[in-house]
Amino acid sequence: MTGIINSLWAIIEPYWNWLPTLIQDVIIVVLQIAPLLVVIILCVAYLTFWERKIIGWMQNRIGPNRVGPWGLFQPFADTIKLILKEVIVPRDANRFLFLIAPLLSISPALAAWAVVPLFPDFAIADVDAGLLYVLALTSLGVYGVIIAGWATNSKYAFLGAMRSAAQIVSYEIAMGFALVGVLMAGGSLNLGEIVAAQAGPDNSWFLLWLFPLFIVYFISGVAETNRAPFDVAEGESEIVAGFHVEYSGVAFAIFFLAEYANMILIAALTSVMFCGGWDSPFSGIAALEGSMLAAGGLHWLCIKVAFFLFCFLWLRATFPRYRYDQIMRLGWKVFIPVTIVWIFIEGGLALIGVGPWST
Amino acid sequence: MTEIQNYTLNFGPQHPAAHGVLRLVLEMDGEVIQNADPHVGLLHRGTEKLAESKPFNQSIGYMDRLDYVSMMCNEHGYVLAIERLLGIEVPIRAQYIRVMFDEITRILNHLMWLGAHGLDIGAMTMFLYCFREREDLMDCYEAVSGTRMHATYYRPGGVYRDLPDEIPRYEPNRWRSKKEIARLNRNRTGSFLDFIEDFTVRFPGRVDEYETLLTDNRIWKQRTVNIGVVSPERAMQLGFTGPMLRGSGVEWDLRKKQPYETYADVDFDIPVGVNGDCYDRYLVRIEEMRQSNHIIKQCVDWLREHPGPVIVDDHKYAPPSREQMKGEMESLIHHFKLFTEGYTVPAGEAYAAIEHPKGEFGAYIISDGANKPYRLKIRAPGFAHISSMHEMVVGHMLADVVAVIGTQDIVFGEIDR
Repeated sequence: MTGIINSLWAIIEPYWNWLPTLIQDVIIVVLQIAPLLVVIILCVAYLTFWERKIIGWMQNRIGPNRVGPWGLFQPFADTIKLILKEVIVPRDANRFLFLIAPLLSISPALAAWAVVPLFPDFAIADVDAGLLYVLALTSLGVYGVIIAGWATNSKYAFLGAMRSAAQIVSYEIAMGFALVGVLMAGGSLNLGEIVAAQAGPDNSWFLLWLFPLFIVYFISGVAETNRAPFDVAEGESEIVAGFHVEYSGVAFAIFFLAEYANMILIAALTSVMFCGGWDSPFSGIAALEGSMLAAGGLHWLCIKVAFFLFCFLWLRATFPRYRYDQIMRLGWKVFIPVTIVWIFIEGGLALIGVGPWST
Repeated sequence: MTEIQNYTLNFGPQHPAAHGVLRLVLEMDGEVIQNADPHVGLLHRGTEKLAESKPFNQSIGYMDRLDYVSMMCNEHGYVLAIERLLGIEVPIRAQYIRVMFDEITRILNHLMWLGAHGLDIGAMTMFLYCFREREDLMDCYEAVSGTRMHATYYRPGGVYRDLPDEIPRYEPNRWRSKKEIARLNRNRTGSFLDFIEDFTVRFPGRVDEYETLLTDNRIWKQRTVNIGVVSPERAMQLGFTGPMLRGSGVEWDLRKKQPYETYADVDFDIPVGVNGDCYDRYLVRIEEMRQSNHIIKQCVDWLREHPGPVIVDDHKYAPPSREQMKGEMESLIHHFKLFTEGYTVPAGEAYAAIEHPKGEFGAYIISDGANKPYRLKIRAPGFAHISSMHEMVVGHMLADVVAVIGTQDIVFGEIDR
């Protein structure tokens, strides 16, 4: 295998060296982005499948099991169906905004992956202000929802957009404050360094020290992705489908993709910022030294992400939906005070030199 | 520039939470409801008018289709009114069977209500949990009448036939292995009554399961407590009956206050609410399911020990047995007359009401002495409930409209008739 690669490289190398460095960099980045995108989109496809399966099991159902073995080809059948359907643009809709809204919601969900440290010492873009970048991009996704609701020119969609806007202002702040706690603990805005601060045999995951912030962040994440019990912008039984009530075909599929991509992203960010990202929980145990279990790497990140995704589905199967003024009350009157108090406690602990941030 | 404050929103008839074909025209200030105007009649099938052109027995099947989630109770109200006109006495075993199936129907209805109410408020797992138990009760319907929904089981003078000896079992097929079938048939090995008894043993645990998901759930309470409050006085003025009235704290139940069939002989309690909000009505209905379960258990015990006829022996009203019909001239004539012309009912009028799962379901029949009613008027509980829609939702938000529609337990079959 390595022999083939080496001989291939020997053929390519002269041409490669001939290219200007700028183009070389672009090619390298594209070669990193492409597999990541493919993997994320495949993950989304199978996340929808697992969602239906897992919720089915929770509800005494079987879930999809007809397309392919155990129903494994179901996501592809769904994709093909959606692609073949017509995208209907309502007559009174703003055509340009109507069509651009799905793109506005998918692109931040994918772009934010650039700074996520996937395994030790690797992220596609090792940005020093990674945390700010993430915060900015995850908040940007809501514009897709608001623009979709507005452009559709339907009362139901408009209500969905308004609800989404109200929800985002109450959750962004709590989410931001939760990340301030992480920033204080990690001593850096770079996500790679935040993970590195949690790694190591002493297992000082921020989860332990910042537990309230972790809870606030994860719940805010659920709210931000418009998932149950915070799916008021969609509100199946209230405003039919909310902001995407008039979307069909591929345009709808992109919203769908964005929602699930956001779920995966939030799960990944939660594990990176509070659960040590690629760090292994068993590192430092002598008996396991040298095995896959003790070594940090992509597999641990995947396990953690899968766990948080399961929590997303679990919440959906368990809870009734909040009313949107209740969501705002929860955001403003519970989460923001909790985060502020904990930031002060954290500051106090740091002053007297207790906790992982003291070193 | 003109200042626009309120706007109208057309809620339904094609709306996931419209429970069929409810059309609500909502006037809203932001998300707050200023005015709610329910439009009914989209499912009007003219049941009352149709009944005027058919022999009495042929309309029983239409009654099932009124409130299509509590089928046998509708039949019961209609059949009871005919019996009052005819002045016939129903055999005691038939009365117990009716009581048992009324209560099975009450559980069926309340399960459907709980599932739909949960789904409206976003707890989608409730729906499927409830349907799991509904499946068993539907099988009971199927075992006695041959159909899972529109049973047409009650007849003036009793019920169509006695309880079957056994409950149908699942058979192995290409989708389900022998082992799986054996598991599904575990409680179906005994008689029909054994199956129901097994259900009554199992069911309280299942209700506990529903309650763990909802009763103390903070979100559920936030969504239902103090939503759609109706005071006891107002509830009576609006003509509320059933759980809607009891939820407001009025202890009124026809099964206790005007006992029909054998309700006077069975032991059960009437749950009442305190605040008259959606949460209280939820608790009342949950407790009613437990009480119904208790009644079913008593009926099963009684029915085990008391075999007997299940329909009157008067062949002017009830068909003779097949054997008699083939052997005796008179029975053959009775049979022929009953299945062509039907029976004639003395001129007069009668009203009979039963405690339907949704409230007081009554049938008012005027007879001019012919073989079909001169006029049939059905008192549907849901009609009174939906007319309070405006009062219950004003000042609440759009999401609460859905909770109120759920709590009213609206089924359009009976409202539009």
